Amino acid sequence: MTKKKHSKVFLTVAPLYLFTLIFVLGPLLYMIGLSFATNNDSWGVTWKFTLENYKKIFEPVYLQSFAQSFQLAFFSTLLIMLIGYPFGYFMAKLSAKWKKRMMLLIMVPFWTSSLIRMYGWIIILQAKGVFNKLLMALGVIDEPLKILYSYPAVLIGMVYALVPFMMLAVYSSVEKMDWSLVEAARDLGASPMYAFLTVTLKLTLPGLLSGVILTFVPSMGLFFIADILGGNKIVLVGSLIQDQLTRGSNWPFAAALAVLLMVMTSLMMYLYRSITHVKDLEGIF
Amino acid sequence: MEDSILELKGIEKSFGSSEVLNGIDLKIKKGEFITFLGSSGCGKTTTLRIIAGLEMPDKGQVILEGRDVTGLEPHERDVNTVFQNYALFPHMNVEANVGYALKLRRMPKPEIKEKVKKILELVQLSGYEKRMPQELSGGQKQRVAIARALVNNPKVLLLDEPLGALDLQLRRAMQLELKKLQKKLGITFLYITHDQEEAINMSDRIVVMNKGVLEQIGTPDEVYNHPMSSYVATFVGNANIVRGKIVQIQGEEALVEISTGKIKVIIDPNREQIGQEITIAVRAENILVCEECKEALPAVILEKSFSGGQLRMVIGLEDGKEIIASRYGIDSHVQIGQKVCVGWKPADAIIVDREEQNDEKETF
Amino acid sequence: MKNRTKLPNIYLAVIMIIMYLPLVFVVVFSFNESKLTAAWTGFSLKWYQTLWHNEGLREALWNSIVLGVLSCGVSAVIGTIGAIGMARVNYKSKGIVEYISTLPIMIPEIILGMVFLAFFSLLNLPFGMTTLVIAHTTFCIPYIFMMVKARLVGIDKSIAEAARDLGATQVRTFFDITLPLIMPAVMSGCLLAFAMSFDDVVISIFVNGPKLNTLPIKIYTQLKTGVTPEINALCTVILITVIFILFITSALGNRGRRTDKGN
Repeated sequence: MTKKKHSKVFLTVAPLYLFTLIFVLGPLLYMIGLSFATNNDSWGVTWKFTLENYKKIFEPVYLQSFAQSFQLAFFSTLLIMLIGYPFGYFMAKLSAKWKKRMMLLIMVPFWTSSLIRMYGWIIILQAKGVFNKLLMALGVIDEPLKILYSYPAVLIGMVYALVPFMMLAVYSSVEKMDWSLVEAARDLGASPMYAFLTVTLKLTLPGLLSGVILTFVPSMGLFFIADILGGNKIVLVGSLIQDQLTRGSNWPFAAALAVLLMVMTSLMMYLYRSITHVKDLEGIF
Repeated sequence: MEDSILELKGIEKSFGSSEVLNGIDLKIKKGEFITFLGSSGCGKTTTLRIIAGLEMPDKGQVILEGRDVTGLEPHERDVNTVFQNYALFPHMNVEANVGYALKLRRMPKPEIKEKVKKILELVQLSGYEKRMPQELSGGQKQRVAIARALVNNPKVLLLDEPLGALDLQLRRAMQLELKKLQKKLGITFLYITHDQEEAINMSDRIVVMNKGVLEQIGTPDEVYNHPMSSYVATFVGNANIVRGKIVQIQGEEALVEISTGKIKVIIDPNREQIGQEITIAVRAENILVCEECKEALPAVILEKSFSGGQLRMVIGLEDGKEIIASRYGIDSHVQIGQKVCVGWKPADAIIVDREEQNDEKETF
Repeated sequence: MKNRTKLPNIYLAVIMIIMYLPLVFVVVFSFNESKLTAAWTGFSLKWYQTLWHNEGLREALWNSIVLGVLSCGVSAVIGTIGAIGMARVNYKSKGIVEYISTLPIMIPEIILGMVFLAFFSLLNLPFGMTTLVIAHTTFCIPYIFMMVKARLVGIDKSIAEAARDLGATQVRTFFDITLPLIMPAVMSGCLLAFAMSFDDVVISIFVNGPKLNTLPIKIYTQLKTGVTPEINALCTVILITVIFILFITSALGNRGRRTDKGN
């Protein structure tokens, strides 16, 4: 009887187990294996153990690209935090009706192509674009600024693409917060600022951190934003991996880069969990 | 017993390493209102779930009207349950909730409508057919849950603390109503509660459960006035438990020596003898407190509080053991710290734990 | 505590306007006469006409829709049943499998893309719709799985037990009780997953194969080589469709609620 029931329940999880093991774990393991394999000069891979691929990362060209990715990810995340946290916070204080509307407003752009939204920025930022025309009309500048295909443009694109994740993450944790705790702090004599720093910020830390991960991690891989808005000036790890796969056809090296990126991501997840003691990221679900 | 409708035979169940039920044997008569009384974790809910088929026993049998139903799925048994938190289907209105069991039996729609209407009348919810569960008050939800379980005409209706979430007044009213309903329908009710008052008010028989075993089965009168174990005495009757040794027997009266003095108790001369250790239970309202009385134990008032129309006193004996006494009305004579004597009429002392007095642990 | 200042609301409004600014310009320039997006030369619908005749773009759009629907459908089945099953089983491997299954939305897309490229070549799978669906399904499952899982936690277990107690078989209980109760979660998971699939460039670009284009890939190549306002027109059409769908669903939702209360 129990045996029979057992197998019945297994049938319900079997698809998930099978799919996950074959199409998620399998590829990941294969990639890790690949990162230790030797690349043939002409084509293909020889299954001979080597650490060459990892050593290669430390060549200045690649190190620089890693540094650049990190820097960009860092600054975009910082900006996203500064813009997204107040947004999520204020949004959580709206009336139920407006919360719903805001939610819809945030979700609609998600449904349009992110590429097209980037294209919208091209329209705005280009030399003869709206932004420059406006500034010139106002007399702020005499000559059009060259924002497009520069570092600031990439930064704008990154922040723009990823800030909704931060908004939603912060929103959901502020929303869950027990406001009476803040009131208690105020009652006990804390100034609004002090109460915010010691109570609100602490309680919404899981949301903030989960927002950081949800923006920092993808920003290392979103090569198309750097591609479209940055011209070819900024080479991110993402672009590097893509390049190695398509043009360089050095798969083991691309795999090594990917493994490194993944290790860093896992490290961040681990830190998040040990700091907040929360298992799942907040905001997206 | 010819008319037993439900029979439990040697039911055992454990979850992991913790034994929840340890050999439950019980026969329930047709048309009976029987209550399982016990504190949380005593296994009463597990017993009910085993009867409903929501849980499988490790050992033992469930026999419904002479048929072994132990291995059957819940939908194959003729019993229905009223769940503790109502468990109404939130996406169905009252009519669909109540008619669900009939729909499953492929009853034609007009007939379902008719039956639902009748049963809702019975629980005084006529006109609520189209309401959604979340639009009902706690008491109304409870009625829907009862109607839903009754519509199928079950052999036995299982009720798992159905009134637990209601406030005191509503609970009292519902107790009476449930009892009336049961009499009217003649369906066997198996009721679970941890509230002794509820059990005494409603039941034909009470089953007191403790740590996975049945401590005592009997009418409310038997359980309340003649508890067999110290657990039943304390849980049902709010009794004090005192242990002592018989030092003298005169007819039915024995003198018992306890730690701080000697006191008289009525015994059964056929069962008790001089030198024997016994456990006696004395209910709080039978504890006498006086300033100077014979055959009493010196003590001091430690606490007094007033609740539910009763004055409750905690009285400390000389060895530090605490005795609870209660009175109706506010008795202003005794003061905290006052030295008094406590005692009881010999007839008010009930001997409990007769079989197992040696290995019994300290209850107080 | 009532807000004494309007400042927060102004902040929300300003950010929201900036969020929509690029979209507004995309839409506006879809009606522009000129091919260039630098200056407004006059109102015209010609880009909608050329869009209608642009087979490459239409095909890419169709591919994206098929891809989204297929991967969402597969993920909805695997994810929903999986979440229900996971809530019941007590295997030791449960936690780790759950963790691995959510990896696709935790790790950078670029890694996923390259991993699939390598893995599918290893398996000798022909690159095309099949590989796209598999790849997209991996990152669609977590959205649906997590949504359903969270919803299941909120459902009282005794509700399903009550159905079985009243005479429903396990299968019947699933269709009568569990499924309707988790349906909102499945739906919102699917919507999110579809949006992600519909918008994905990074993963698709690795596994789409030489012949098959999805809409984002098509747009990406155009953005690198030179954009025509047909793209603006297409975006406008999509945007209007999305808003229309959202409007309909929220209207239906409101009406449903009103009928509940009305009776």
